[in-house]
Amino acid sequence: MLDTLILSRVQFAANISFHILFPTITIALCWIVFFFKLRYDQTQNPVWMRAYRFWIKILALTFALGVVSGITMSFQFGTNWPGFMETVGNIAGPLLGYEVLTAFFLEATFLGIMLFGINRVPSKVHTFSALMVAIGTTLSAFWILALNSWMHTPAGYEMIDGVAHVTSWWEVIFNPSFPYRLAHMLIASGLTAAFFVAGISAYRIRLGDPKKAPRLALKTGLIVAAILAPLQAFVGDLHGLNTLEHQPEKIAAVEGIWHTEKGAPLLLFAVPDGEAKTNHFAVGIPKGASLILTHELDGELQGLNEFEGQHPPVAPAFFGFRIMVGIGFLMWLVAWVASYQLRNGREASPLLLRVVSFMTFSGWISTLAGWYVTEIGRQPWLVTGVLKTADAVTPVPPSHVGLSLTLYLLVYAFLLWAYIHTLRLMARKSVTVEEFETATRSLDGSLSHELELTSETSTTDINHTPKGANS
Amino acid sequence: MMDAHTLPIIFVALTGLAVVVYAILDGYDLGVGILLPMDDREEADRDTMIASIGPFWDANETWLVLAIGLLLIAFPAAHSVVLTHLYLPVAIMLIGLIMRGVAFDFRAKAAIDHKLAWDRCFKMGSLLTTFSQGFMLGMYVMGFQYDWPSVLFATLSAFGVTAAYSYIGGAWLIMKTEGELQKQAVRWTRNSGRATFIGVVAVSLVNPMVNPGVFNRWFEFPLVMFVLLIPALCFFAFIFNDVLLARLPKQNDRHCWLPFLMVIAIFILCFSALGFSFFPEIVPGQMTIWQAASAPESLRFILWGAIVVIPVILMYTAFSYKIFHGKATELHYH
Repeated sequence: MLDTLILSRVQFAANISFHILFPTITIALCWIVFFFKLRYDQTQNPVWMRAYRFWIKILALTFALGVVSGITMSFQFGTNWPGFMETVGNIAGPLLGYEVLTAFFLEATFLGIMLFGINRVPSKVHTFSALMVAIGTTLSAFWILALNSWMHTPAGYEMIDGVAHVTSWWEVIFNPSFPYRLAHMLIASGLTAAFFVAGISAYRIRLGDPKKAPRLALKTGLIVAAILAPLQAFVGDLHGLNTLEHQPEKIAAVEGIWHTEKGAPLLLFAVPDGEAKTNHFAVGIPKGASLILTHELDGELQGLNEFEGQHPPVAPAFFGFRIMVGIGFLMWLVAWVASYQLRNGREASPLLLRVVSFMTFSGWISTLAGWYVTEIGRQPWLVTGVLKTADAVTPVPPSHVGLSLTLYLLVYAFLLWAYIHTLRLMARKSVTVEEFETATRSLDGSLSHELELTSETSTTDINHTPKGANS
Repeated sequence: MMDAHTLPIIFVALTGLAVVVYAILDGYDLGVGILLPMDDREEADRDTMIASIGPFWDANETWLVLAIGLLLIAFPAAHSVVLTHLYLPVAIMLIGLIMRGVAFDFRAKAAIDHKLAWDRCFKMGSLLTTFSQGFMLGMYVMGFQYDWPSVLFATLSAFGVTAAYSYIGGAWLIMKTEGELQKQAVRWTRNSGRATFIGVVAVSLVNPMVNPGVFNRWFEFPLVMFVLLIPALCFFAFIFNDVLLARLPKQNDRHCWLPFLMVIAIFILCFSALGFSFFPEIVPGQMTIWQAASAPESLRFILWGAIVVIPVILMYTAFSYKIFHGKATELHYH
């Protein structure tokens, strides 16, 4: 029989996995969209505006999914993990509070102005709104990652009667793993959004879209990826070293090191066996792991045997890490080849378009794999050394959790399908609809955009969203 | 003044404020969702109605996150008790919020033949959210007893909140629409106003009957002379609004904003009465704000932020309402 703990963990994993898909895109997509608007303001070239208008629609949809799944998250702490707030509420509460106060209202309000205000506010105010949304999403990432990092590497607190009390907010926020985790996640978002933008643009071009906007977006996405991919390898390495210092048992699981050894190999593939405490079918580079992690060929790495009963399950961390890194290197390769191919305004080859459009959601898989490594790698702890996951769980009966979990899974599966389906639909519509867009400045200096379609839309019917209002 | 006695009072006031603002703001957009007409011919009306809340709904829902966040920040023990007791209604409310939140966006982007389905989803999601919120409010008042009288009362409260949100949603539409749709909105508002009135009266009678503490508080002399102003004002506001609605719409659309203002006043009065009934208990009959409060150093840390940030939030919220001032007919979703 499944108990409340397992069901709650699965439910939280399902919720947070579903949720993170959307912020991972929007954190960076906001900046990309802001860039499009900025370029339009500078050049007055309508192509930038077309790219902007197409992408804010996708941003709006992605954002909505992030908002609703995020609200769900904020309730789960109380419904499923009451012990979490009772033990570390003094720390988690204010950090979440600052996220709501400084980020959520900012992004929600200015997103409204950004999406609906195009005819109502001057162009500069509109650009400012886009900037505020981008700042809001990034601030949101800042606060939530401060909390998440604190759960991995708690600092700046003392325990009084089993409850954590803050001694230094600075140490709480800038805890040891925070700078690395924040940088790693922001770059991950950049890579995810870059391939997302490039992938959908490539899809449009493959469908025969002759317009310039998707080509511009394709190039923007691939250049961003080409810059970020190597940067991510560098930051990821620093993050790994930081983890080795503070959570050696996680690194031991990631590298599949069962027993402390000198000159540990870098395993490219293996099947970890938790029962026999060994790896099968191991293929590795001799001394590789020691070299990367200690910068010495014969450096000593602690094995899982030193954390008996206190270490995470090995297989998810081990495989998750390899999936993340594998996709990361693939992104690097594709982004560099593509950037070379697109130099000086050249067209992308059909093969490249196919590969890039195939990789539209590659950032999702990589980001999820990475989060699985770090979160499962923290087990059995919820807050390292402070609170175990099993001790925080709700007293609610398993049947209730089972029911809510089933509902969430059904809704999420449907929404994921609807989201991807709608993206395809939007891309298709933007290709087939013949559009005449004119950007004109009206007398009061505000920017007005009239979409004139060859069919259907009469001038009186302005509140009706035109079927093909895409670029 | 920032001591362990005062801080919980400040925070319960802030939490209460967030709940009232949430009920008003998300109340009107949930209400618009509930009132959505589902006939095939009314697609243009649906477009206008949804356009009227388009720029705001996301920020409106954020007040819920703030309210639940403040409860969690300031009263973690109460947060746990409330949310574990309301496990299933919360889950259902969240499903409702998810459905309506995404339907907003999908309806504008989906194929034309799916638009109606998303509109249904939007209406259903709004209803589900509202109903479960009302149910939770009822359960909260009854101290989370899952017996028949409590469930019955919570169901009554669910209908009451549904009526109240339709009331404020209708009043919002009177302000934001024109022509036939506005006339329709006046009818909706008048009917749901009367239903809300019945609901408020019923809850006001049942609450002191089942909670002796509440009864004593309300009818304690000489305070009774003063606090009975709340129901008196509330009663007056209901009657005034009903009379006013019978005369709307007026020439040149005069007073189209007044019903909305009156409903806001009614909401504030009702919540003040509720707060007065239970203060200083944060979980009725179980826990006071001081028992549930978190550490003073944590409360101080967030309070300074709140003092700086909340005025800024109110400023840009006002800015956004100013931008989208006027009738909603010319907004369309991007």
